[in-house]
Amino acid sequence: MKISATVTLKKDVLDPQGKVVSQTLKNMGYKSVINVRQGKYFEIELNEADKEKAKKIVEEISKKLLTNIIIEDYTINLE
Amino acid sequence: MNSSVIVFPGSNCDRDIAVALEKFQINNQMVWHNETNLPKSDLVILPGGFSYGDYLRTGCIASKSRIMHDIIKHANEGGLILGICNGFQILIEIGLLPGVLLRNKKLRFVSKNVYLKVINIENQFCLSCVKKNIIELPIAHNEGNYFADDKILQNLEDNNLIAFKYCDEKGNISNNSNPNGSSNNIAGILNNNKNILGMMPHPERLIDPILSGEDGSMIFESLLKSQ
Repeated sequence: MKISATVTLKKDVLDPQGKVVSQTLKNMGYKSVINVRQGKYFEIELNEADKEKAKKIVEEISKKLLTNIIIEDYTINLE
Repeated sequence: MNSSVIVFPGSNCDRDIAVALEKFQINNQMVWHNETNLPKSDLVILPGGFSYGDYLRTGCIASKSRIMHDIIKHANEGGLILGICNGFQILIEIGLLPGVLLRNKKLRFVSKNVYLKVINIENQFCLSCVKKNIIELPIAHNEGNYFADDKILQNLEDNNLIAFKYCDEKGNISNNSNPNGSSNNIAGILNNNKNILGMMPHPERLIDPILSGEDGSMIFESLLKSQ
């Protein structure tokens, strides 16, 4: 089973890379861009058929390794 | 005094620190990250560098190494741990020190000498700074912007757990003397028991006049004095 996890900086944490991307888009003429937050995307292949069990494992992985929970949030996407 | 320098793939300051320890006649061993037994040590050093190429987050992969079990045990038993630069990032990822080190505010790798005010001179790493409390050390990092919530910062300030703050030549602590955007100009912090120090500047790089300065020596002299 394939599950993906997205890790982004928390709302209150300064994201300088996102800011630069946002500013560049504005400079390129995309006037409607309000804000950009940059994050990380993980595709995890698991040898587990049960959806709930798989989700639980990815949840654990996200907490223990993929995310620094002080500054980052994660979302898990089942396909 | 016995020390162990932990070596990770990608570390590049492990030999510098070994040379410094040798100069101060501290009996050192290099310990590979995959070992499970930490040799008997008074001091453990997590060196600077770019362990695992800074993959995922700086210090993150190194913090999951097999040797960490023994290092955490060493920490809990009151053993000394010094984390320099990437070592500081690793200590934070292990959870032995609070807060987080973000990317430098101006998104640039900063490599230069900075002035530091020694805020706490009563810990085993800074005893010798009694004679000189504004010191000059090099920094070289991309993720040194110390960040923590107000509660953690208040605890660090109230309990005198901030070892160093970035300052100017005269000791003024201001935005102008802050090279990376760190909260409260923090350059190095101690844990509650003051047996663990994490710092972004590199004391091992200024231990000899031939290297243009000796201010880094005070950290090693302090450690010897503390024994």
